[in-house]
Amino acid sequence: MEKNKTDTRAVNFKTGLTDGLPIALGYLSVSFTFGISAVGMGISPLAAILISMTCLTSAGQLAGAGIIAAGGGLVEMALAQLVINIRYSLMSLSLSQKLNEKYSLPHRIISAFGITDEIFAVASGKDGEIAPRYMYGLITLPYIFWAAGTAMGAFFGEILPENVKSALGIAIYVMFVAIVVPPAKKLRGVMAVALAAAGLSCVIKFVPVFSGISSGISVIICAVIAAAAGAALFPRKEAQND
Amino acid sequence: MIDTIYLCASIVIMAAVTYMIRMLPLAAVRGKIRSRFVMDLLYYIPYAVLSAMTIPAIFYSSGSLISAAVGFVIALVLAFFERGLMTVAICSCAGVFVTELIMTLI
Repeated sequence: MEKNKTDTRAVNFKTGLTDGLPIALGYLSVSFTFGISAVGMGISPLAAILISMTCLTSAGQLAGAGIIAAGGGLVEMALAQLVINIRYSLMSLSLSQKLNEKYSLPHRIISAFGITDEIFAVASGKDGEIAPRYMYGLITLPYIFWAAGTAMGAFFGEILPENVKSALGIAIYVMFVAIVVPPAKKLRGVMAVALAAAGLSCVIKFVPVFSGISSGISVIICAVIAAAAGAALFPRKEAQND
Repeated sequence: MIDTIYLCASIVIMAAVTYMIRMLPLAAVRGKIRSRFVMDLLYYIPYAVLSAMTIPAIFYSSGSLISAAVGFVIALVLAFFERGLMTVAICSCAGVFVTELIMTLI
């Protein structure tokens, strides 16, 4: 009877694999479109796969590929990645409170690589403390599928008919919508921050004075202003872990 | 053609910055951040980043402004009803595909 239930504890490698499968399937479609987008920007398939295998972050990779395609500076790249991916530091911070006694420094250093929005969400939803083995299991399939999806998009994106490619181009943005909308519906602060960031982004894009600002810098400016305004005007009631 | 050295340097920086962001707090920070403002700022940043990256770029992500707008609206509605990432992605892509098909027929 016990065996038929989902293992709510985070101890085994196998439990991690099982929990990681739905994430991996979701990543397949998103990384596929990343592969198409990157190659469409003029980045080689091998470079696109290398990016996916070393970074494991959708928004950061998309922005990074855009910066590379535009020939942006390395400082711009570093700053853009810092701002876009700074959320992971909050997730790591939150997870650091949940690791069991087997989590030595080497384990922390290795498994940190695999912290993404979805992996964090699943890991922090488990009961009790997390063992290194569980974390490795959880990361394995999403990592493989992320790389595999990128490879498929990068290599086979070319063969796809133009109208299919066109339809898939929206997938990665739509995933962002799917991440932002549910919390925005419930929390006024998130709604306000999202609208402010979108509005600022449009201003930078369409007002001629700002035409010199690249997309990477634009994301940094919009995100920092909107999030700081949100933190000042909509302080959250209690410390939440998400 | 993108210069190979520039490409490699960019990827190394991307990977290194992204990794350090994840690794440092997990390896080094054991206590809790005291500043409420910093915690709130960190909490809001992902939503701000994703919104700024999505709008207005999403409207240029497909073959036409109209098909992209259809895909965007489908995504907003499905996300509002908290459908999974896969469902939202597939339905929006299908919406874009069908819209563009109709547009070529007209």
